[in-house]
Amino acid sequence: MSEDKHHHIVPYRLYVIVLLALLALTFGSIGITSIELGEFTVAAALLFAVVKSALVLTYFMHLKYDKPYIKLMVAFVFAIFVVVIVITFLDYLYRV
Amino acid sequence: MAEHQHAHVEHPDMYDPESSKIGMWLFIFTELLLFGGLFIVYSVYRYLNPDAFHLAAEELNTFIGAFNTVILLVSSMTIAMSTTALQKGHKKVAIALVVITFIIGIGFLVNKYFEWGVKFSHGIWPGSEQMLNEMSQGEILFFGLYFVMTGLHALHIIVGLIIMGFAIKGVANGKVNAKRPSLLDNCGLYWHLVDLIWIFLFPLFYLIH
Repeated sequence: MSEDKHHHIVPYRLYVIVLLALLALTFGSIGITSIELGEFTVAAALLFAVVKSALVLTYFMHLKYDKPYIKLMVAFVFAIFVVVIVITFLDYLYRV
Repeated sequence: MAEHQHAHVEHPDMYDPESSKIGMWLFIFTELLLFGGLFIVYSVYRYLNPDAFHLAAEELNTFIGAFNTVILLVSSMTIAMSTTALQKGHKKVAIALVVITFIIGIGFLVNKYFEWGVKFSHGIWPGSEQMLNEMSQGEILFFGLYFVMTGLHALHIIVGLIIMGFAIKGVANGKVNAKRPSLLDNCGLYWHLVDLIWIFLFPLFYLIH
């Protein structure tokens, strides 16, 4: 029973703040990609997207209030994805 | 006699929010890797055809993409709020918030319909003559990925709407309540996944050109 008790109720206000941050980042990413940054455009857009997804995972998807093993599993899946990307590009970047 | 055969066996309460949550997350992992695979395909083709991707992306309407991003983010907030409302015991507020999320989801699909409609009217759809005759290999790849990835995402929106229907029904008849919120929680998790995927689709297709 005490398990249920510590189920965290997230206040509405926090969700509004997260939404405002997400909207600001969205417009930020539109702004920064409209500037001519050359090859950094992709990196900048992806950086904004990564920060936004971290906010969604942490607050909207409640990872902040979840037990550590769930956080670990999520981190593991993203780590697998990054590893596959890196291996794929190690191949493509060094092909002759 | 018949009573005995039908005797209702009291099932132990099988409700287990922790397991439900793990199950939902495991499913979300498969979804992340499904779209992850498509993102890898996108990034490799983009690397191989930088100019064609640059050119093709100009065809997409940044405004409609940004508009859909904004409403999807708002809908993510409203469904997150509905779990708070349910936990506080505000049933009607919880239902209203899911209904708002549902309506925004429909709005997203309507925008998508018009967006794709414009592409179709320009003769751009997978395998169209215009695409095969006038586009370079890289542009064909770009639009192929565009239709597959945004289409698969739209399919997830539709599934999310169906799950919301069940969540609304559950909250309305009291089966989903402050003590048993799993269905609504998982519905929210799924909707946030849809949002999460769009957070990456939007810059990759609409912004980078």
